[in-house]
Amino acid sequence: MSKLSIITNGIIKSNPTFILVLGMCPTLGTTTSAINGLGMGLATTFVLILSNVFISLFAKMIPDKVRIPSYIVIIASFVTVLQLLMQAYVPDLYASLGLFIPLIVVNCIILGRAEAFANKNTPGDSALDGIGIGLGFTIALTVIGLVRELLGSLSLFGFKLAEGDGILAFVLAPGAFLVLGYLMVIFRKLTSKKA
Amino acid sequence: MEYLIIIISAVFVNNIVLSQFLGICPFLGVSNKVGTATGMSAAVVFVITLSTLVTYLLHYYVLVPLGIEFMMTIVFILVIAALVQMVEIILKKISPSLYQALGIFLPLITTNCTVLGVAINVVTKEFTFGGEAHLLNLGETVVYAASSAVGFGVAMILFAGIREQLELVGVPNAFKGIPIALITAGILAMAFMGFSGLV
Repeated sequence: MSKLSIITNGIIKSNPTFILVLGMCPTLGTTTSAINGLGMGLATTFVLILSNVFISLFAKMIPDKVRIPSYIVIIASFVTVLQLLMQAYVPDLYASLGLFIPLIVVNCIILGRAEAFANKNTPGDSALDGIGIGLGFTIALTVIGLVRELLGSLSLFGFKLAEGDGILAFVLAPGAFLVLGYLMVIFRKLTSKKA
Repeated sequence: MEYLIIIISAVFVNNIVLSQFLGICPFLGVSNKVGTATGMSAAVVFVITLSTLVTYLLHYYVLVPLGIEFMMTIVFILVIAALVQMVEIILKKISPSLYQALGIFLPLITTNCTVLGVAINVVTKEFTFGGEAHLLNLGETVVYAASSAVGFGVAMILFAGIREQLELVGVPNAFKGIPIALITAGILAMAFMGFSGLV
């Protein structure tokens, strides 16, 4: 597999949100606006790249039986680093993403990539895989956030596009499920034609 | 009275799945049949109540006195993972029949974000049950944890019932599987929005 195809694989063929359907909680919970979606995506990417690299470095040293708890400890450590960094530099974003930042620990995308990719590839390739999957996740979250923000509050990245209130339901819980459901249908249609 | 408010609020108004978006993976993954959904829910109620109690005590009697609250995420996830293992082993010895019923769901629960979510929520978030905003005390914590888990169960079982019916309906190809489930969940969430303002 070439270096570039590792990255594009994460964005299209195994897009974590639309194809693998992993990490649904932050996908639905944080995408009330494009900016929140982007922030959550980047935060997850940060943890994903670092944990991928470290897990692939340590893969040979970790006994097979305790690998899942060991991976969780590695991931949880990076999440704690991220929490402290975000509290220091982007406190507003940290406050608006709230509970979902510590919950990156149990995001199945990260443990999934550790099992499926990082523990049998080189640290370099694992970093690329982290970038690819992370980008795929970030793009998906930003798009969902864009649609919900546009329909729910008639604005894009915080800029008001038109007067009025929009459809409140799209900012609230039901909109999250509906927008993701329909976007998934569109993504399937587009990618199945290409193949 | 206050406990009643906590229960209604956690089960219906702020339902953990449909309004807080925790535990979506099992919600979508294990909700094909009412039977499995019920088994999963029972296991979740058990684990959440127990693990929240343990993490609550750990937080206030170990982390806070030592001044290392920032270690919360690591400590909590380890406690939950260990606890789930322990529950599995104990259940196998004491009640094989219950183990048979819940067994397959237990390993899945470690990565169910409701467990970690509720554990973190009770020690960081201020609630406004019955008056002023305050951090929960031990009694409230147990009631809140148990009723959040029951809320998960209610959403799960309702959704499984709907999905069993959905199997029998013709759905366009692109909508098959997860997309139609998400759209159904959206409508269910809209129905649950009707409870807002109840408490």
